[in-house]
Amino acid sequence: MDPSREISLTVNGEPVTTRVEPRKSLVDFLREDVGLTGSHVGCEHGVCGACTIRLNGAIVRGCLTLAVQADGAEVWTIEGVSDSGEIAALQKAFLERNALQCGYCTPAMLLTAAALLKENPTPTRPEIREYLSGNYCRCTGYQAIVDAVESAASEMTGTGS
Amino acid sequence: MTDKSPLSIHDLPNSYIGRSVPRPNTRRLAEGRGAFTDDITLARMAHVAFLRSPYAHAGIRSIDISRAEKSPGVIRIVAGEEMARHCTPWVGVLTHLKGLKSAPQYALAVGRVRWQGEPVVAVVAQTRAEAEDAAALIEVAYEPLAPVVDMETALDASTPVLHPELGDNLAFERTVDAGDVDAAFAEADAVAEEVLHFGRHTGVTLEPRTILADYNPGAGKLTVHMSTQAPHMMKNIFATHTGIDEDDVRVVSKDVGGSFGIKIHTYPDDMATVALSVMLKRPVKFVADRLESFVSDIHARDHRVKAKIAVRGGRITAIEMDDLTGIGPYSVYPRTSAVECNQVLNLVGGPYDFANYRAVGRVVLQNKNIMCQYRAVGHPVAFGVTEALVDSAARAANMDPAELRRNSLVPDDAYPYTAATGIRFEGLSHQKSFEKILKLMDYQGLRAKQATLRESGVYRGIGLAAMIEVTNPSPMFYGVGGAHISARDGVTIRLDPTGGVTCATGVTEQGQGTEAVIAQIAASAIGVPIEKVRVVTGDTETTPYGGGTWASRGAGIAGEAALQAGRALRGNILDVAAAMLQTEADRLDIRNAAVVDADSGSERMTLADLGKTVYFRGNELPDGVSPELVVTRHYSPRQFPFAFTNGVQACWLEVDADSGFVRLLDFWVVEDCGTVINPQLVDEQIRGGVVQGIGAALYEHCIYDDEGNMRNATMADYLVPMAVEMPDITIEHVETPTAESVLGAKGVGEAGTAGAPAAVFNAINDAIGVLGGKITAIPATPELILKALGKV
Amino acid sequence: MKPAPFDYAKPATLEEAFGLLEGHGDDAQVLAGGQSLLPTLNMRLSAPAILVDISALDALRGISLDNEMLRIGALTSHSELQASEDVARAAPLLALAVSHIAHPAIRNRGTFGGSLAHADPAAEFPACVVALDAGLEIAGRSGTRKVAAVDFFHGLYETGLGPGEILTAAEVPVLQKGFRSGFSEFARRTGDFAISALAAHAQFDGDTVRELRLVFAGVDIRPLRATAAEKIVTGNAIAPELLAEARARLGDDLRPTGDLHASAAMKLHLSGVLLERVLSEMAGAG
Repeated sequence: MDPSREISLTVNGEPVTTRVEPRKSLVDFLREDVGLTGSHVGCEHGVCGACTIRLNGAIVRGCLTLAVQADGAEVWTIEGVSDSGEIAALQKAFLERNALQCGYCTPAMLLTAAALLKENPTPTRPEIREYLSGNYCRCTGYQAIVDAVESAASEMTGTGS
Repeated sequence: MTDKSPLSIHDLPNSYIGRSVPRPNTRRLAEGRGAFTDDITLARMAHVAFLRSPYAHAGIRSIDISRAEKSPGVIRIVAGEEMARHCTPWVGVLTHLKGLKSAPQYALAVGRVRWQGEPVVAVVAQTRAEAEDAAALIEVAYEPLAPVVDMETALDASTPVLHPELGDNLAFERTVDAGDVDAAFAEADAVAEEVLHFGRHTGVTLEPRTILADYNPGAGKLTVHMSTQAPHMMKNIFATHTGIDEDDVRVVSKDVGGSFGIKIHTYPDDMATVALSVMLKRPVKFVADRLESFVSDIHARDHRVKAKIAVRGGRITAIEMDDLTGIGPYSVYPRTSAVECNQVLNLVGGPYDFANYRAVGRVVLQNKNIMCQYRAVGHPVAFGVTEALVDSAARAANMDPAELRRNSLVPDDAYPYTAATGIRFEGLSHQKSFEKILKLMDYQGLRAKQATLRESGVYRGIGLAAMIEVTNPSPMFYGVGGAHISARDGVTIRLDPTGGVTCATGVTEQGQGTEAVIAQIAASAIGVPIEKVRVVTGDTETTPYGGGTWASRGAGIAGEAALQAGRALRGNILDVAAAMLQTEADRLDIRNAAVVDADSGSERMTLADLGKTVYFRGNELPDGVSPELVVTRHYSPRQFPFAFTNGVQACWLEVDADSGFVRLLDFWVVEDCGTVINPQLVDEQIRGGVVQGIGAALYEHCIYDDEGNMRNATMADYLVPMAVEMPDITIEHVETPTAESVLGAKGVGEAGTAGAPAAVFNAINDAIGVLGGKITAIPATPELILKALGKV
Repeated sequence: MKPAPFDYAKPATLEEAFGLLEGHGDDAQVLAGGQSLLPTLNMRLSAPAILVDISALDALRGISLDNEMLRIGALTSHSELQASEDVARAAPLLALAVSHIAHPAIRNRGTFGGSLAHADPAAEFPACVVALDAGLEIAGRSGTRKVAAVDFFHGLYETGLGPGEILTAAEVPVLQKGFRSGFSEFARRTGDFAISALAAHAQFDGDTVRELRLVFAGVDIRPLRATAAEKIVTGNAIAPELLAEARARLGDDLRPTGDLHASAAMKLHLSGVLLERVLSEMAGAG
């Protein structure tokens, strides 16, 4: 008996139709079935944030979403938002400020920061820290990431520096 | 082969040394196009899941895999006895740690399990999920045994001996006795005593341990893709224990999602995965999921320390210490689990000038997860002890804690200096660094503010922590004791006919910026823009034999090798150019990827043209000219066993005396790590390290119950520092280069973690002391603080 | 860890949902946002045979407001609730509490109804709906019924939902004149589970407290009203001595059990600190 279900969704603007087991998480599906390994797995209980992706316009935990729940949905991963140029200012700021070291938390940090700046284009440093409070980074100690988000926000709103 | 550079690397125009050059590989990572080990898929790749022991200590009576074998997708199920035929056990001892004893450790438990989380059965299946489904159907009959979980009683006669053949549970013991400690205490003006507990904690790398073993039976070759710090060391270990010729083993480690020492040890599940690939003749992947990481990644820093300090004439005169640490049931291989305790004994009191020191360190075996080197090995405990004693002594002697430190630090003109512990320092800057941080933080201003706020019931504290860090280790660290761990590292640099320069090195990258630093040095030494330099790391097939990354050695050791190789290559290039241009080599220079007239700077030929001539038109070269455009140099420190660095950290925080919650307001570091090659990368290492140390001070603790079970083995219950609670950290430097190398660079990767717990601990006590409270343990949770205040 | 295998159904109507739930009984679990369910499946702490995904049931969506009642559909995400001006105006207690729930990515999926139905003892919303005297709408094959929030939370993860029933909405009385809410919690880090949380709702008549509900989360198996403390405060003006007295009587109602993150004494102590701080702030907000 085939336990799998057919799902149809778009990933980074491209249609994907395939069969998947109900228990497969969205992040595992993206990594293994679609071959997009930019979204990472860190805990599988929703706490570390490494699996953060965009589902129907909102950031979600890829490990706490089933692939079958993404049927009919629009999914964007780091590869897609990078290639589209949407997060270019953030990426540039991250690189200049060395806001990534090992890079494992980075895709999720970028997607979360992008969501923040969409909601709040001129966040204060405490607001940045609060919004990123669910994204674990072991390497940077967070300060460089806050600096990078702050400077990207300035650039994006044209307020200089 | 001549070195034609009249200026030192630091004087060269356009030298990259000292510049915050961006790292070459980060763009890829920011685009989600990293190459982490779990990103790799190989044909016919299978997945392994491990059934782990639910008991801390138990006999294995039987293992029934009959139901599991029939589970969908299962390829093979292997238990301890069978695995032992394919993977020999190992023993984590080194001869230079006298008396260290440990029992053989197997890839899968044989006959008995000795920690909750120890792998017992390996299940290989088409997918990880199917392997777990099958694992759930395995029935293991255990006979629970009394677990040894209290380090204080581990050596009692009534406590079970974990390995009867060892005689007792004492893995290692060492004593140090220098000067006359008893006389110093008898003559002291003030004495302070502490009993301190350091909570066991762990690394929590965001990328879990990941390994993909690929045995190709046709070629007889084993390729292991692995998230590791030391590919060459692992190559040797895989070969040794599977019987495959070491020269037929290749270890590849590309992107690593954080390591911090966690990924430098030999793990039974990794060894089993490699053996399974050989047995099954196909690739086998293992990813330690987060739940199993907590009970299988090494733990660290589980210590109880009793210590005393004597002050006379306003200066420290003696320290006495009894350090007890409880590891797991085995000393971890190949680096041993005695090193952390050994470091504590070596480093206590390190920044201070005193002659009387007596210490005993004991390492005892327990039925808890294995424990071994983790970032800043031993330093956080050593300085946690030292700096707590210093603050206590200041209180006992009625002195300002800054003043006691100022009086007691090793003077900046006292070098070379040998400490009471026996360790030798080449040249440090304790006094200069200390004055610098007091000014940076406005120490007097903060004291005034503290006093004012106290009057309105706001309790803030200042915590100071002076420290030293072991970096650039020589063979005296591991190799001398028999470990196949290389203390020397090399860089091979080549100039291709494209004009591009490629460096291959045995040190590795886990995000600290190894590749950038090597590129900066090579570019500066040769005379090319950094964009023309590529760096290859993490592949034993294509890099010179080396030690990998540990003990903050990358910049200092491989950096020096890169400098020497770059200069030698520069000399070779200039010799060829001189022959081609019929002039003297010392009339030429290399600038901006071109051979130029040294005096006028006018371009004579590009390196690309030179390369093309050498490779494609060798007929144009004069007779007797045999250019070598590939150069390898190795470097290993010789004169001093380690290059010590020094630093001082300070924390300013507020304790909510009603709730026990701590708010970190500010944090400063003054660090002297010798020549700073890339200021931004150095500072970011310090920041990350400080936050890791704050984690140990306030949050992180592997909590065990009386049965030896870890109770908080999830990310919801094991607390790591997150963005909101962390401070911005201000950093400044003093630079005292090491004379052992031309570059003068020491290491810095662990400095932040070494001192931060002490600074935070002292700040808390500084805040609550006025209320009669005192903490003596970390992590300093709100409850611990309220207990210290008598409120719960 | 990967979950044990399960089947999956996504009913298009409530009737279909009831049928699936009744048909599978204990082997079925309702899937809404999944932010509490999926971690337990990923840890293999739970292994249902089938998940019934109710996210297609549009009747459970939406926030609506009339003069008396704020109606919040069970499938309202925490983020939607956080962004809702109706909620901010009519039930500010919920708006105060929601920012303490986990982190943005979790709030985008987690649902209001899911939080109530899951009834984690440390969760914010169960305490809030008790403090606000909300009515919870429950639907099943035999019809719809309403249960007062205070009667809905029975025990540890146990609610008044019967077999085959689904929580469909909450009806919260709109904030009346003179009423103020207060919320605070102690958690080790932003977004962590509360060690103790206080949802307070009171009517102020000048400085005098007329009606008061003090509902604690994280200190018992379900939301707990500190009635002894309420009695001391009610009819008086907030003042330090009064708060100290109320705090001293907290132990009459709060008998917490210690856990990994705090002992019983610590939970009780922190609850007292919350009482003082939340009520002081509410008094000052007049």
